[in-house]
Amino acid sequence: MEAKTVTGKTVEIKSPRKSTWEQVKRMKLLYVMLLFPAIMLFIFNYLPMYGVIIAFKNFSPGLGIWDSPWNDFEHFKRLFTDFMFLRALKNTLFISILKIVIAFPAPIIFAILLNEIRNQKFLKVTQSISYLPHFMSWVILSAMIIEVFSPQRGIVNFIITAFGGDPVNFLASKVFFIPVLLLTDIWKEIGYGAIIYLATIASIDPALYEAAEMDGAGRFKKMIHITLPSIMPMVIILFILRLGGILNAGFDQILNLYNPLVYEVADIIDTYVYRSGLEQFQFDYATAVGLFKNVIGIIFILGANAIIRRKSEHGIW
Amino acid sequence: MKKKFSIFEFCLIIGFVFFSILVLYPFWQTIVISFSDPKQVSGLGMNLWPERWITDAYQFVFTYGNTMKAYANTILRTVSGTFLIVAFTMLAAYPLSKRDLPFRNTITIFFLIAMFFSGGIIPDYLLIKNLGLIDTRWALILPSAVNVFYIIIMRNYFMTIDKGIEESAIMDGAGYFTILTKIILPLSKPVIATIALWAAVFHWNEWFQALVYIQDDAKSVLQIVVRKMLTAMDVSQSENAAAIGAGGGSSKNLLLANVRAATVMISIGPIVLVYPFVQKYFIKGIMIGSLKG
Repeated sequence: MEAKTVTGKTVEIKSPRKSTWEQVKRMKLLYVMLLFPAIMLFIFNYLPMYGVIIAFKNFSPGLGIWDSPWNDFEHFKRLFTDFMFLRALKNTLFISILKIVIAFPAPIIFAILLNEIRNQKFLKVTQSISYLPHFMSWVILSAMIIEVFSPQRGIVNFIITAFGGDPVNFLASKVFFIPVLLLTDIWKEIGYGAIIYLATIASIDPALYEAAEMDGAGRFKKMIHITLPSIMPMVIILFILRLGGILNAGFDQILNLYNPLVYEVADIIDTYVYRSGLEQFQFDYATAVGLFKNVIGIIFILGANAIIRRKSEHGIW
Repeated sequence: MKKKFSIFEFCLIIGFVFFSILVLYPFWQTIVISFSDPKQVSGLGMNLWPERWITDAYQFVFTYGNTMKAYANTILRTVSGTFLIVAFTMLAAYPLSKRDLPFRNTITIFFLIAMFFSGGIIPDYLLIKNLGLIDTRWALILPSAVNVFYIIIMRNYFMTIDKGIEESAIMDGAGYFTILTKIILPLSKPVIATIALWAAVFHWNEWFQALVYIQDDAKSVLQIVVRKMLTAMDVSQSENAAAIGAGGGSSKNLLLANVRAATVMISIGPIVLVYPFVQKYFIKGIMIGSLKG
């Protein structure tokens, strides 16, 4: 709407822009429509960006965001001496890289193998089952995971003790917590992640396979020389995007599964922001930690987008 | 391709059957625990079948404190939140789909920026607090009402609709709003269904905003009821359901595990029930979403 008045003024002085102004007038109802979502977006997305300035202040709720005094980057200086923050940064990178190395390839392998199944009905049913966990929240999945790994009731410990071992409290163990994170992450996302690969595989020209068969290529040869190269561009795009989100190690998952016993290995930046901000009410410091993460994260994401844009001539957006 | 059933394919099928069992086991185990006698599930076991089917845990859940209230809140939130998202998505997507809309790029950038930059959880919280929305139902539906990703997907879909139909409607004197509701809307059913489903699943599953913005149990949602049972497990070794519930008046000695499993079952019930019928829309949606415009 603001844009409209701005041009409105130009029109009175000069005439060349008249056609634009006419167009705006003709389409004014469209601007009225846009106004509703734009105002909502302004309030709920842009106003919090203004609130970020408390990262540079000694925020006191009584004084409010504007009147709280500036503090000369004190929070940011504290950041690099705060052992809890450094630990969270290290854990974030460690968990994220492990997920990229181990959980990222899982849907690719799943899709390639599933594609080898020729019974369409079996394929469809397996696929439908595989993405069921994706539609559940981490709260719900955590309730299930706690049971599976429970030292009092779970099936995993049942099997361990059946083979003569001692029960392990997986979710309270600094050694086993990360493997549980990886495993359950794969459980939730493998089927959903495979959808895009299966669709790409389905669009491969069957003539390629037929030609390869003529040349005497077996199943594995076809897999490696046709299927894999065909999905490679998609793999690369998704891999770069995943790298862009390297500071997102899985907030929902960890916040629902972790506990003080495993903070040492499981506390990530997001969970640290949550605890220091909303449980200990250090609003200003937590905002500074969050801002640090967001700025680095944005650089990664924009970098990833730029790489993809250059490679494929059109970016994700 | 030749129809030849090889050993390789046989092994694959065995592998995928095993995989499917692994994926589904946690769900099945939840069903079993929710219907089992507390004595059966209080020791290590496979939880493959209840020794006898009892519904005590469900009776407890249906009568205990706020669970039913939370169910009603979840439904209310999902219905109103989904409606808001779909409405705002259409209101933004339709104008932005017009190539000849002056300042279209500037406005699009205004929307896109919000997708990449955010204030973070603390500034979000302070905003909701300053707006006086803490402990109101609005806090659960307003912040997520505008979703830029959905807007782009719907805009791209609108841009594929034949302009001819619209132009003839304009000739007949129809306004933009009439065109949107009478022409565009009926032609866009698949994309609207997809976005409505995404929005519904989002609202049904959303727990973080409810955790942070709602303290009043009377306005809480199912996800929070389940989450409280997760942390209850952490802090106390007391496995008795009475420990978690403001009274409840149950003397049946249920385990927290029984009650939690029953609550999980009623929470995922609606999703599991509609899942076989709507999953194809989700898949279609991903394909629409991956085609960039």
